[in-house]
Amino acid sequence: MAKSIDVSDLNIYYGDFLAVEGVNITIPQKSVTAFIGPSGCGKSTFLRSLNRMHEVIKGAHVDGKVLVDGNDLYGADMDPVNVRRMIGMVFQRPNPFPTMSIYDNVLAGQKLNSKKMKKSEADTTVERALRQAGLWAEVKDRLDRPGSGLSGGQQQRLCIARAVAVQPEILLMDEPCSALDPISTSVIEDLIHELKTEYTIVIVTHNMQQAARVSDDTAFFNLAGVGQPGKLVESGRTEKIFSNPDNPATEAYIQGRFG
Amino acid sequence: MSSTTEREKEAPRPVRRPGDRIFEALSTSAGILILLTLLGVAVFLTLEGLPGITASADEIGGKTGGKGFFAYVWPLVFGTVWAAFIALIIAVPVAIGVALYISHYAPRRLSSTLGYVIDLLAAVPSVVYGLWGLLFLSRELAPFYQWLADTFGFIPFFAGNPSGGVSANSILTASLVLAVMVLPIITAICREIFLQTPRLHEEAALALGATRWEMVRLAVFPYARSGIVSASMLGLGRALGETMAVAMVLSASGVVTFNLIGSTNPSTIAANIALQFPEAFGTFTNVLIATGLVLFVITFAANFAARAIVERRKDFSGAN
Repeated sequence: MAKSIDVSDLNIYYGDFLAVEGVNITIPQKSVTAFIGPSGCGKSTFLRSLNRMHEVIKGAHVDGKVLVDGNDLYGADMDPVNVRRMIGMVFQRPNPFPTMSIYDNVLAGQKLNSKKMKKSEADTTVERALRQAGLWAEVKDRLDRPGSGLSGGQQQRLCIARAVAVQPEILLMDEPCSALDPISTSVIEDLIHELKTEYTIVIVTHNMQQAARVSDDTAFFNLAGVGQPGKLVESGRTEKIFSNPDNPATEAYIQGRFG
Repeated sequence: MSSTTEREKEAPRPVRRPGDRIFEALSTSAGILILLTLLGVAVFLTLEGLPGITASADEIGGKTGGKGFFAYVWPLVFGTVWAAFIALIIAVPVAIGVALYISHYAPRRLSSTLGYVIDLLAAVPSVVYGLWGLLFLSRELAPFYQWLADTFGFIPFFAGNPSGGVSANSILTASLVLAVMVLPIITAICREIFLQTPRLHEEAALALGATRWEMVRLAVFPYARSGIVSASMLGLGRALGETMAVAMVLSASGVVTFNLIGSTNPSTIAANIALQFPEAFGTFTNVLIATGLVLFVITFAANFAARAIVERRKDFSGAN
């Protein structure tokens, strides 16, 4: 069910402002692709354009193409709601619905997709998703408690469970560990390793070591200066980007000379 | 609570800046003043009302129709709660709808204009609402009430008069006027709370593939639930205590009936006081004040109930 993504000549605008310019990249299926780069380089914006979440901001629009297994996400008959049901997302800060129990949080997406569900089916889905997110053992006795009562790392895994409960084709992660402590971070990184056997994963990270640890491919974004659009500088296998990048800017960033 | 803990904390360190001291004194006295005012009202109502409560029907005289205090106040309590309840049933859904439109659907310019207009509704004096209800609304509603009685007459609420007619100066008209009056406060509070919905939660819903309405249901309403209850209770407080508009619109006869469009309607405590007080003397004055005490207690009870509702779901409130 995992799918690859082909992006060609993508420009992303906020109103008249060109935020990201001319992205061409192929994201292979069932692998982890990391986006790295300094703040404001457009990596998060680009990630959000992959499930049309950038459209939440008024005036945001794109031109170019994003093909998921040949289907254009920005095709005329494509509803952003359907795009987001197919492409899950995990955010920078854990955001379980605070008014819902752990159980209902996991099922939140499911309830949007298919209205009616048998109790046994729902139970199975909740257990599968929580197991996939590595959270089952910790919460199985308190599924009826509010999701907001968990620790930060647990909340983030709950959000991952919520995203994978609907069995999306692609999972987007926008700096999923930046608000977490090192132990929770390592748990989530292990989780990403396991999840890539089933899902295509795209992760934005500020942490280069993290990109090196979790990803198969890496894409480096940069911007020429303030007010300039962000650009994809270089992408390729993670080993290559980290050991022998083609572009001097990539090398400078990897070695910590800026950013 | 916080003032005592602060004082304990400051005990080992006597250094206090004059600005802090002045501000603390000011805010403390403001808080005490509120309590004193409330206490003053309660003491007045109790002292002046007590003779009315304990008096026998004979002592009160003919003004209550030969009834003792409790028999006299019961239809008023019923009318007060019933009118306010209907007003809330009408106003709360409309207020939530308007607030949601302003916060999540309307284009920015329209939403701020609409916000001003709603706030303006709150500035209209209640006498004006009374005039409007009496001279305009009740006339316009009369044919509609007749239709209700003809079509749904089998439901006790819409039974109308035994003769088959309806009265436009009924409790439903009074409740509609009340609904318009409480709409601004409920709308304003709901709007503020809807606007405060964390963007994170909205995005969480949208990223799961929620439509706009599903996002509102998943992220906005649950977050705002306690606020909606509080807003409704503020509205309820206003509806319970509203005097002038009800006194002008309602043709009251002190009965207990669920009939919404008949010509015999229960009065409300506040309207009854306003109408009776100018001619009241002796023990009957005490009876009227005692009804005021009852209203005071009802309002308190409504507020405590609201607190309890909010408190019960605290774990799930989004405030943690």
